[in-house]
Amino acid sequence: MKILVCIKQVPDMESRFKPDSAGVWFSEADLAFRMNEYDEYAVEQAVRLKEQLGGEPELTVLSIGPDRVVEAMKKALAMGCDRGVQVQDPAVHLKDPWQIASIIAGFAQREKFDLIFTGLQSQDRGSAQVGVSVAEILGYSCATTVVGFEYADGVVTVKRELEGGIKGAVQLRTPALVTCQLGLNVPRYPTLPNIMKAKKKEILAIPVAELLHEEARAVTASFYPPAKKGGGIVLEGDVAAQVDKLLGILKEKTTVLR
Amino acid sequence: MKALLVGEYRDGKFLETSYELFGFAEQLGAETAMVLVGKEAELPQYGGKLYLADVGKYGEYNPDLHKKLVLAAVEREKPDYVVFVHSSYGWDLAPRVAAGLKTAQISEVVAVVEGGFELPCCNSKMRRTVKPQGAVAVVTIQGGAFTGIKPGGTPQVQPLDAEGTAGVTFLGYEPAEEKGVDLAKAEVIVSAGRGIGKMDNVPVIAALAKALGGELGASRPVVDGGWVSHGHQVGTTGQTVSPKLYVACGISGAIQHLAGMKKSGFIVAINKDKDAPIGEVADVLVVADVMQFVPALTAKLAK
Repeated sequence: MKILVCIKQVPDMESRFKPDSAGVWFSEADLAFRMNEYDEYAVEQAVRLKEQLGGEPELTVLSIGPDRVVEAMKKALAMGCDRGVQVQDPAVHLKDPWQIASIIAGFAQREKFDLIFTGLQSQDRGSAQVGVSVAEILGYSCATTVVGFEYADGVVTVKRELEGGIKGAVQLRTPALVTCQLGLNVPRYPTLPNIMKAKKKEILAIPVAELLHEEARAVTASFYPPAKKGGGIVLEGDVAAQVDKLLGILKEKTTVLR
Repeated sequence: MKALLVGEYRDGKFLETSYELFGFAEQLGAETAMVLVGKEAELPQYGGKLYLADVGKYGEYNPDLHKKLVLAAVEREKPDYVVFVHSSYGWDLAPRVAAGLKTAQISEVVAVVEGGFELPCCNSKMRRTVKPQGAVAVVTIQGGAFTGIKPGGTPQVQPLDAEGTAGVTFLGYEPAEEKGVDLAKAEVIVSAGRGIGKMDNVPVIAALAKALGGELGASRPVVDGGWVSHGHQVGTTGQTVSPKLYVACGISGAIQHLAGMKKSGFIVAINKDKDAPIGEVADVLVVADVMQFVPALTAKLAK
């Protein structure tokens, strides 16, 4: 059995974001990068499936981007993936979700994976399109927003998270793709021996031009902070003074303090 | 300009959120038609053209066939935009339809702006304007971003059918977990977010809730991490609340959380990140370390 996990490296979301010189995405100066949170659930689920099947499946982790994405892949390898594929693209931020999907599908077509795991969405772009589009290009069955996953004999049974806490149970046959939602599992921390082992695992580099044959269907015109609605009071400074000011405001504006 | 709106149907009912599609179409200045996998006995209050496929035949969740049905309606209607709500139904189906049409999809639109559509990005901390290339575009709109409009009237029903095999079998719904506490009745809710740091700090937030005579709420990461039970979760996948006072402790303000609490009477957010999206809805934003500020506030209230 062959399994692919697709991961993205994204900035820490606590960062302050500033537009880049072109004004269409963030400047990378002063940003720390990590694995997209949704993708950590995808990696964990793939590793659990490999363990369930006695270690037989081969787990490939793929990421598209500049050389910094290798760091995120190393984490996935330390969590239990077998080999990495970096699609080298310093301008990945200028690709639209369809192009990203076509790059992944281009690679997957060569390898004929039985099962593909992706995150539901990335934390920075959040289009929630790439996974489903990969499945569409490959003709795979696909279920999104997965918070429960079981596999037996070529049949995948998942729980999809719907609004209001309701779940929808869905079954699909391999080859299949699932997009993973927060809460699917508890991703493991890589252990030191596994981090050391991961250093020896293969990471294949493929130039993006080899896999990308699609034009962008959507283009980002500008990137900017949201318009401030205003009206909100911001309290900064000394904690004791903040407490007094807040209590004053609550007494004046609400009826909850008696 | 014409927009084909894809309505949503769940558990035998037309979803109210689908009326927000009309709010978006109005912003766009587009004529409308709707496509729905539903049934004749439960139609939307809309006097326009409704392409209706039978939910008994096609199911409520059957994306491969729903895709074919929407594509069949597009073929007949020839719209400029195909519009979904950005929901578990919409974000699942829209990319399939966009792939079928070989066209752009623009996800989670919050506004129609000059030169394109405005979308949130970077965990809602930033925005970008995106422009679709080509003649037709598939769009999903963020829930709550556009006002729901009930056009009224009875639809002119156009029966819709499609053929194909389903790659996905729907087995059934699983109800939401029991609500531990009915947050909807609480006058004050103090919620814990990931910013509290660790599970051991939950009692500190609970103590503030108690001092204010309120209930403990929580954001999703705190519930997923097992720090607080699901019964306390506020947001799209938890409870929607509107207390007199809502205090968000270390909650950055993901859209799913904001959707569940932004109608609260008065909102106080405590966060060390001045730019956190929670600041957009907060009446007061206290820029501080939650674990320093909250105990100080609780102590003062006890006096």
